[in-house]
Amino acid sequence: MQRVGVFVCWCGSNIAGTVDVQAVSDALKNEPGVVFSTNYQYMCSQAGQDMIKDAVKEHNLTGIVVCSCSPRMHEATFRKTAAAAGLNPYMVEIANIREQCSWVHKDIQTGTEKAIILGKAAVAKVNLNTPLTPGESPVTKRALVIGGGIAGIQTALDIADAGFPVDIVEKKPTIGGKMAQLDKTFPTLDCAACILTPKMVDVAQNENIRIFSYSEVSEIKGFVGNFDVTIKKNARYVKEDICTGCGACVEKCPMKKVPNEFNLGMDNRSAIYIPFAQAVPKVATIDPSACNMLKNGKCGLCSKVCAAGAIDYTQKDEYIQEKYGAIVVATGFNPISMDKFDEFAYNQSKDVITSLEFERLTNAAGPTAGHLERPSDGKSPKTIVFVQCVGSRCDACAEKGKEYCSKICCMYTAKHAMLVRDKYPDTDVYVFYIDVRTPGKNFDEFYRRAVEEYGVKYVKGMVGKVTPEGDKLKVQASDLIENKQLHIDADLVVLAAAIEPDKSARPLATMLTASMDTNDFFTEAHPKLRPVESPTAGVFLSGACQGPKDIPETVSQAGAAASKVIGLLAKDKLTGNPCVAHSNELMCNGCSSCERVCPYGAITYEDKEFRMPDRTTKIRRVAVVNPAVCQGCGACTVACPSGAMDLNGFASNQIMAEVDAICK
Amino acid sequence: MKVSYFPGCTLKNKAKDLDLYAYKSAEALGVTLEEIENWQCCGGVFTTARDEVATKLSSVRALKEAFSKEQPLVTVCSACHNVIKQTNHAVQNDKEFSDKVNRYMGEDGGYFGEAEVYHYLEMLRDLVGFDALKEKVVNPLKGKKIAAYYGCLLLRPGSVMKMDDPENPSIMEDFIKALGAQPVVYAKRNECCGGYVSVESPDLAKKSSNQVVQNAKMQGAEMIITACPLCKYNLLKNGADIPVVYFTELLAEALGVKEDTDEQ
Repeated sequence: MQRVGVFVCWCGSNIAGTVDVQAVSDALKNEPGVVFSTNYQYMCSQAGQDMIKDAVKEHNLTGIVVCSCSPRMHEATFRKTAAAAGLNPYMVEIANIREQCSWVHKDIQTGTEKAIILGKAAVAKVNLNTPLTPGESPVTKRALVIGGGIAGIQTALDIADAGFPVDIVEKKPTIGGKMAQLDKTFPTLDCAACILTPKMVDVAQNENIRIFSYSEVSEIKGFVGNFDVTIKKNARYVKEDICTGCGACVEKCPMKKVPNEFNLGMDNRSAIYIPFAQAVPKVATIDPSACNMLKNGKCGLCSKVCAAGAIDYTQKDEYIQEKYGAIVVATGFNPISMDKFDEFAYNQSKDVITSLEFERLTNAAGPTAGHLERPSDGKSPKTIVFVQCVGSRCDACAEKGKEYCSKICCMYTAKHAMLVRDKYPDTDVYVFYIDVRTPGKNFDEFYRRAVEEYGVKYVKGMVGKVTPEGDKLKVQASDLIENKQLHIDADLVVLAAAIEPDKSARPLATMLTASMDTNDFFTEAHPKLRPVESPTAGVFLSGACQGPKDIPETVSQAGAAASKVIGLLAKDKLTGNPCVAHSNELMCNGCSSCERVCPYGAITYEDKEFRMPDRTTKIRRVAVVNPAVCQGCGACTVACPSGAMDLNGFASNQIMAEVDAICK
Repeated sequence: MKVSYFPGCTLKNKAKDLDLYAYKSAEALGVTLEEIENWQCCGGVFTTARDEVATKLSSVRALKEAFSKEQPLVTVCSACHNVIKQTNHAVQNDKEFSDKVNRYMGEDGGYFGEAEVYHYLEMLRDLVGFDALKEKVVNPLKGKKIAAYYGCLLLRPGSVMKMDDPENPSIMEDFIKALGAQPVVYAKRNECCGGYVSVESPDLAKKSSNQVVQNAKMQGAEMIITACPLCKYNLLKNGADIPVVYFTELLAEALGVKEDTDEQ
């Protein structure tokens, strides 16, 4: 029999206001196993904790029940108190009489009644508690960063600077991501390339960082501290270690009509290509869907001109196995397709473009060498209409757009509008908006400068229709403040398309067993207090894969994710959670029900030899739980038809004892 | 293939072409249109009298008859299609509407939205197939630049009509391609012609109609096709200076059955 001590907390008036704490401690005194019961104003305070420690010694307590706030709040506190008093920390049970009782009841009588019942349940449970010891597992001191945009780059650099090796896996031929495509960055208008490319070079030169470009993660096994990852290195038909990036092959390649994805298809590249001049790694890649040599064996020019002999048409995809202690997801975002928004005529006119296309049009390294020219005829536009929130904040049209605010569009549209007015002052610039949302350091000042100093015409209202007619785009819109319809003959229409997570995010989340929200953004462990950790241990989030973000915010989060990774990798051993499932192999019939419901892939099977009563042996398939992977959700214990699965700390008999105590 | 067919009032008066060519073309494509017996007016425009149940009953009867014959119900007039499809959707999804309707129907009741409704164009796309249609074309309309005019009723509300993307439709363009002609895509193809506003303020309707025709012409159209009698009426009345014809007429021409019809 346990010797249980009960400690009822007033939580100032939080609990004592609606619960008669004296009555609760008196009532629980008579419960089975209880040898001591008291109440105190603040049980979590030093004085309260000392009270618990003294009672443990004085009354030889073997179990503790604290009737207080939610276990999320102070379970860890009281477990530490118990440990300090020489008890196993898992001999503590919390009865939540604040969030689940005093806060939700108004009447002191019913509140007290319920608090007593909750206390009885906790006593019933603690009577069946057994000491638990967390297991330990080693940590592989290497991190994996998935995605090589600014988020992945910053995370990798910070981890590497702390002295840990990092691998970046990037599916494109170069790192750099979306930021490499941008022209200027708000609110300071420094050029994106000028601040990004030095970082890309740092990555390439850092001894602790390896870049797997043109590669994807194809399999992830294992658990925090011990991930086994398979990286698929796609064949680029160029030997990376030999190629010098001289570009002779690119010049000679006769197949020059491949849409250039880096410029969003606004110009063409050759079949063998280097995405842009500052690419890292600066090596050529052959596009197998466009290369004549790979398609029908006729050409081979690039191989002839390559002085280094780097071209290898026989290269195959390569699979690399590596172990990691932590994984950072930095898969980023993409603008949504404009196909379902053809009221803006994106599919009908070349002169209706997205904001990212506009970035390329104004970028000195872009298809027009930075001259603002209309894609259709190369003329300089005299009237430009920017439309914000295309597909964002679209709750009435959720099937085609996104319900959320894409967050970055107000600022980059203000930037675009301002830059146009600055460089081409005779251009008329309109911005249509639902709301202008510019919180952030120096952001609102930036937007106001666009309006007040640069004379950008901001109109509250949405564009209803864009009609291409002749060489004009007839824009029909509403001005909600003047309550009138506007008709503008524009030369260029720029759509601030909503952003969504990269398509690779969902399959990756499945591999990682990391959770996502309905929009396929990765979910953080806690929206306020654990914003860069995924609920899956050892998986961290960096950048727009977690939600729309601008560059300053992305870089902050990237650094935060890196510090969490460093904290993890700095440990030699990880202490696990002992409240995990375990299988009674004598009762297990190997049916796989538990394996099917396990969201973490913690359950495997093994063939085990059993000695039968007649002294023969029999081999049976039984479930085995990997305690390092198990998160203790309990799904398997419910699914198990033979009752072989049980959860430490939440055993079926403990739960039933609680139910019995409540229903008595 | 046999399908139930709901022509609608206008097709027996003002829009006889739409009806006759629909019949002839279907025959040429191996589809028999079985006209619903004793059909009555579809009930006018659904959205303007959403809560009025009595006017929807003829639609429900037509739907029920098609269902009892285990045939899809095919419509050709944009307005009838809109009303019948929306009524079917309401019977399926609005319990109160469905209860009321079935009480009105009395012994004829017991309809819960089981029938499938196809617009003639959807029938061509989903039941006949544009590839099969292309093979049956004897008189390809090569080189003709034709603008499809959807108007509003055919596509909207998008979540109920489910014919095509309401902002970026392609069913009529694909239809034009199947007939060997060249579709002209223009922005106003899914804008309103002015509709019944032409009764109250003709100038407003004229403005809308003119914008549609103007936009189609600017994009190079030589002809406009439509599925809606009211659209055709408005476009022509307001001075369209290129031909505006029903899509079924174009279909009949391509299938080589137009002259037969003309002779009748």
